[in-house]
Amino acid sequence: MHRGRVLRHFLRDPSAVTGAAILLLFVMGAILAPLIAPQNPYDLETLRLADSLKPPIWMEGGERPFLLGTDEQGRDILSTILYGCRTSLTVAFGVVLVAGTFGMVMGLLAGFYGGFIDAIVMRLADVFYSFSTTLMAILVLGLLKQKGVLVLILAISLTDWVRYARTLRGTVLAIKEEDYIDAARALGAPTHRLIFRHVLPNAVPPLLVVAAVDFGVVIMLEATLSFLGVGLPVTEPSLGMMISIGRKYVYAGKWWLIVFPGLALTAIVVGINLVADWLREEINPRIQKAVKGR
Amino acid sequence: MGAYIVRRLGQGLLVLLAVSFICFVIFQYMGDPAWALAGRYATPKQLELVRQKLGLDKPFYIQYIIFLKNAIRGNFGMSFVSRLPAMQVILERLPATFELAFMAMLLAVTFGVGLGVLVSVSPNSLFSRLIMAGSLIGISIPTFLTGILLIMIFAVELRWLPPFGRGEVIRIFGGWRSGLLTWDGFKHLILPAFTLSTYQLAVLLRLTRAGMMEVLGEEYIKTAWAKGLPPRSVLFKHALRNALIPVVTMIGLQFGELIAFSIVTETVFQWPGMGNLLLSAIFESDQPVIVSYITFVSLVILSLNLLVDLLYVFINPKIRYA
Repeated sequence: MHRGRVLRHFLRDPSAVTGAAILLLFVMGAILAPLIAPQNPYDLETLRLADSLKPPIWMEGGERPFLLGTDEQGRDILSTILYGCRTSLTVAFGVVLVAGTFGMVMGLLAGFYGGFIDAIVMRLADVFYSFSTTLMAILVLGLLKQKGVLVLILAISLTDWVRYARTLRGTVLAIKEEDYIDAARALGAPTHRLIFRHVLPNAVPPLLVVAAVDFGVVIMLEATLSFLGVGLPVTEPSLGMMISIGRKYVYAGKWWLIVFPGLALTAIVVGINLVADWLREEINPRIQKAVKGR
Repeated sequence: MGAYIVRRLGQGLLVLLAVSFICFVIFQYMGDPAWALAGRYATPKQLELVRQKLGLDKPFYIQYIIFLKNAIRGNFGMSFVSRLPAMQVILERLPATFELAFMAMLLAVTFGVGLGVLVSVSPNSLFSRLIMAGSLIGISIPTFLTGILLIMIFAVELRWLPPFGRGEVIRIFGGWRSGLLTWDGFKHLILPAFTLSTYQLAVLLRLTRAGMMEVLGEEYIKTAWAKGLPPRSVLFKHALRNALIPVVTMIGLQFGELIAFSIVTETVFQWPGMGNLLLSAIFESDQPVIVSYITFVSLVILSLNLLVDLLYVFINPKIRYA
């Protein structure tokens, strides 16, 4: 891999750098939330009803330390956003890890061995794909009546692995036709060596694009599910739930309850999509080269 | 072709069976609807009576077989909440959801493909850059947030459009109550339809642009320009036709998403459709309504996917289904 070249391309692309900067900002904010947040919004002892529904600090009635105002229970909006980002990013990492690993195994098996395994995996993939991760997650979580970060990760991964399996299967099928695989096989390389030394390393780049796009999709999905009331329990901070609370005050003009968490949510996903777009363009020529034969 | 359709229908039937079975397995671990019906202070005897009445006292597999037998006859049991036939409850809400989804799809395809072509012609113009920035936000903003922001701006601040409900509807034929034919009903449809279309519109726009940019570099397009064909003919007849295949695939794959996001949109706008009904059925553990919804939606998704596969044949004559 030409690390230096990739880095140079990255630094020359202003939108990729912007995306990465936004992402870094939110990841840092999420990790450091307990240190930098003015308040722990889920520690009930720090909440005072007298502080409820305060506007942002620059508006009349705004108060320190509530920079972006407070919600109906007197929770500081900025702190809740920071803690909510923690949850969003945890769920997204969890899904990419669980669905990514499972999808990779299935895609590898289907692409490398073909036949019966391939038929089963691809039929399953077709069905899950057409039913959409969102629809399945709403139904599964709605029926399970159980809530929590882990349940959410598993419910989303239940159908989300298909993205990874499909992509990896396609790449593996293309790589299998390459001459260097035949050469390795002719030299008597064992199957596991073929898979781990020759197939997987070359199949990773397209998977990175899928993972990046998926990361953004899952963040939106978690927010949506929590907004609908089937995602996280009320005891977990979530951007989607903040907006769902804010919705009750739309007519009362308490816009900060929706606009700030909404802005944070959209900004994270825009950041990810900017990086994903760059990644796709960076990797694409290489795929074309691989297909045309180097 | 005929054999292909039969095989696809067979697969579809298997999927439906699997879907209905999965529903039933999960129901086994769900809250007891007898409690919800008989009330919190019901005696064990009253509970038992309710269970018998609903057939909940029978073993799991018998309940499933009874369900399948009834399902073939179109009978999905009575809603626990409204005490009406569950499928009827779902189908009553169909016009609302159909009109919403149809308008959203129309907006997404027209503007997604149209703007995608425009942007591909002059990718570096200010107009194209603005559109692409908009599409980036379009794929990054969750549907529910779009809906709420639109309500805040156009209903609460500007007071141009109504924030919720379906407005005035009129009966057109049979039981189909349409909101499209009254000015009030149309006004109520604008915000929800736009909300539901945003994400799909942005996805289709980006896909069309990528496809067009690739095709526009091909030799035969240069030939078409060199022949002096008018731009409309080159772009839409020669280029778009070839760039459209991934777009049609995506439209086919997005039906499931469209239905999923119609649940979200209907919740935000309190739109009296199937998605809204599903969500309340989930919170009330209204098992027959949930199962009817899943069955109906699976049927719709499977047939639409089949339709899209057949559409390929018309777009690309090279594809033949053996």
